[in-house]
Amino acid sequence: MSLERCLSFSRATLRSVCFTKQHLQRCVHICVRRSSTMSQAALPILSVFPSRALVDEKFKVLVENLPPGCPVTIHSLHHSEDQDYWEAYGHYISDDRGKVSVSDDLSFGGTYTGKEPMGLLWSMRPVLGSRKGLRLRKMNVCTPMLMDISVYSRHDGFRDQAPLASVLIERWYMAPGVRRIDIRERGVRGTLFIPPGPGPFPGLLDMWGGGGGLLEYRSALLASHGYVSLALEYFSPGQLQTADLEFNYFETAFNIVKDHPQVMPHRVGIFGLSLGSIVTMALAVESRIVRPRCCVCISGNHCFPPGRTLAGITGEVDMNYDKVRVDENNYHIWRDVGLAIMKEPSSKLDMGKINCPILLVNGHDDQNWPTVESAEDIAEMMRAAGKEHLLTRLEYPDTGHLIEPPFSPHFRATNFIVNLTKEKVIMLWGGQTKPHSDAQEDSWRRILTFLQQHLYCSPSPKARL
Amino acid sequence: MDRKQCCVKLSVQPSRGLMDEKFIVLVQNVWPGFQLTVHALHQCEDGHSWEAFGHYTADATGTVNVSEDPSLGGTYSGVEPMGLLWSLRPVPGSKPGIRMRKMNVQTPMEVTISVYQGHQTEGFVDQVSLAGVLVERWYMAPGVHRIPITEGGLTATLFLPPGPGPFPGLLDLWGGTGDLLEYRAALLASHGIASLALDYLTPKISMEAGKLVDNEYFETAYRVLQQHPQVLGSRIAMLGLSFGCSVTLKMAAYSHVLKLRCAVCVNGSHVQPVDGSMTEIMHFFRENVGKVRFSEEKEVIWRNLLLPIPTDPSLKVDVGRLQCPLLLVVGEDDQNWPAYESAMDMKEMMERAGNSHLLTILWYPNAGHLIEPPYTPLVRASTFKPAQSPETMMALWGGETVAHSRAQEDAWRKTLVFLRENLF
Repeated sequence: MSLERCLSFSRATLRSVCFTKQHLQRCVHICVRRSSTMSQAALPILSVFPSRALVDEKFKVLVENLPPGCPVTIHSLHHSEDQDYWEAYGHYISDDRGKVSVSDDLSFGGTYTGKEPMGLLWSMRPVLGSRKGLRLRKMNVCTPMLMDISVYSRHDGFRDQAPLASVLIERWYMAPGVRRIDIRERGVRGTLFIPPGPGPFPGLLDMWGGGGGLLEYRSALLASHGYVSLALEYFSPGQLQTADLEFNYFETAFNIVKDHPQVMPHRVGIFGLSLGSIVTMALAVESRIVRPRCCVCISGNHCFPPGRTLAGITGEVDMNYDKVRVDENNYHIWRDVGLAIMKEPSSKLDMGKINCPILLVNGHDDQNWPTVESAEDIAEMMRAAGKEHLLTRLEYPDTGHLIEPPFSPHFRATNFIVNLTKEKVIMLWGGQTKPHSDAQEDSWRRILTFLQQHLYCSPSPKARL
Repeated sequence: MDRKQCCVKLSVQPSRGLMDEKFIVLVQNVWPGFQLTVHALHQCEDGHSWEAFGHYTADATGTVNVSEDPSLGGTYSGVEPMGLLWSLRPVPGSKPGIRMRKMNVQTPMEVTISVYQGHQTEGFVDQVSLAGVLVERWYMAPGVHRIPITEGGLTATLFLPPGPGPFPGLLDLWGGTGDLLEYRAALLASHGIASLALDYLTPKISMEAGKLVDNEYFETAYRVLQQHPQVLGSRIAMLGLSFGCSVTLKMAAYSHVLKLRCAVCVNGSHVQPVDGSMTEIMHFFRENVGKVRFSEEKEVIWRNLLLPIPTDPSLKVDVGRLQCPLLLVVGEDDQNWPAYESAMDMKEMMERAGNSHLLTILWYPNAGHLIEPPYTPLVRASTFKPAQSPETMMALWGGETVAHSRAQEDAWRKTLVFLRENLF
């Protein structure tokens, strides 16, 4: 690392110790030499607390027993279910007591910089030489994600030697005691997650987007926070056109949650992302059968022509497919398709008819759908109908389409099968890693507060009497 | 309208922790001033149920934080973040004299933490709680390797920390019941020390040959550890509890093979025939069996067997010869071994010999014999079958619950610091 880069940090918390290049080189030498004369040298001690955690919990990474002023690199490595390797790392310098605390100290470079307690997770990216367009998604939520956290000597070329120390950590989507139940009833396919305890609990219907398939991880995490949550499968990847999807499918799924003996029937909400958000809004506005207590819509929009089926939506996309652009990498940008569709009033849900609280979470750099513009339009409709008090909007700068649970890596562009053409493309979702990760962390916290507020009752003074 | 007190939110963080880590138990969303009981239930491996509970009153925000709020009664009182674990006791109707010890360290101890309405003291199992969560408590951190060791005739288990190593090593010895107890070694490996749990009273070769092991057995154990490619042979410690101290002190002072970096002795004594084999040592104890006393509840008190501390040097390990740091953990209410008197005598011997700078003693008033890793309940008395003896008796170990639990927490922390200072 260069002296210039070290000094260019102007943050108030930077320690006022000035390292010369010679001093740093000497320290590297000492670090390396000490680790090889074993009987006298201090052994570096690496610890991560907690070593087993839920994926949305923070950890503290501490290195102790280093020489003072010693440059080290802290590295995380994950071997995914798809057999890819993901990594992140930060360059640090130990303090005068030979400690590095990732929560308190500044990273001088790597995959993240500055004071970033969770940078070793959210800045993870596929290692050099990996396939393109990868996305990291845990399919088996009954086992944890395993990560190796290691500390290496030096900054440049840190990989050339074995680490000084290494620990293994577990990151779980399921808290102990959460039950996982396959759902194949009334024609509905999904997985239900039930929190531990006697219940009854509030419930959630949870839907992902246009990629299709059955993704369980967010539901598992929501159950770990006390919600009976149904992860719904509503079409297979690439099969949206032919999926036999009546509105009724989703209403039935909602009722499966509502009718469950451990669910409070009047406290069932709906949670969606992308296409799942469209379904969420449609159910809240159009359904005569279900009454969600509240809705969370991430990266969604209200383009669901009334009376149409879900497969019918793709008709709108078809008609405007010429508006798809590609960037300099040939990644697909779809946001103009959405802008065109939104120009047609008949393509949109009348959000003024909504009768429950709704939380919209969107990124300003969403390249897949004009979600912020959509939120503006929704707000207009709700204002006009006197329903503004039901709306909460969260919008984040430099944040893309795939707003996932916190500390997940940022997916700016990933492989996608276009339902219409069955083409395999790389879809540009947008966002810059650091602001996008901040958005994931902040929005999740607010989503949980929103759900708690609307689904877990605040004790009412009346009830106490 | 929803039920009386609905939607109580209960959380424990972390929900998966190591046995020596603290947790935060939070109850939210109850009415301000609401009276509730936080309850812990654990079923141990031999099927017995244990419970603990505290009585709380929610604050103005409808919250109870067990780490910050006082328990007004129950199995513990006052502000006790970990009271739900260390005050666990057998549920009413249990067999007397049971002890909670995890034999399978590859699975966690599971505890159900629940919230009940009102300040309750009994009948929990017959009621529906307001909320409940499951908490896992682990002896093994992720990535710790468990390796059964049988080479050289040993009955042992090696626990290696995760990472490339090499690591400092430790020989871990328990006391008079024998058996291969792995949990403390597993926990030490979770702290970066390659630890070998050693069964030296009931190992396979003893059971087959019908006689106790001799010094060579410990030398073999030391060598196995020292020569392991992931262990730093020059950084090996020894940790003993109870009779394990007798072995540890003897090896530390006299062995030409064992070169210990440091030693830890919990509630033991240096009193033993110095040139004696294990068999001779046992014989020495049995000779004094007339000094055994009984409590009012007919529990056996063994501490007097070795008292008064002999003046004859052939009957005590010459700790003046020690060349490595020694940490003694002393429960002053130990009713099984004269840990207090022995520690006083060892201190005097080392002062006379000029090596007392190596000695650290941790004194714990009202703590008993079984000072174990923290947040497990005090065992004041339990059924005890010494190895080599056909009899089972109710042994009095001593200790008073709160003082003993504080001692376990403090002693463990200081033991880890001592090991870190000497081994890392």
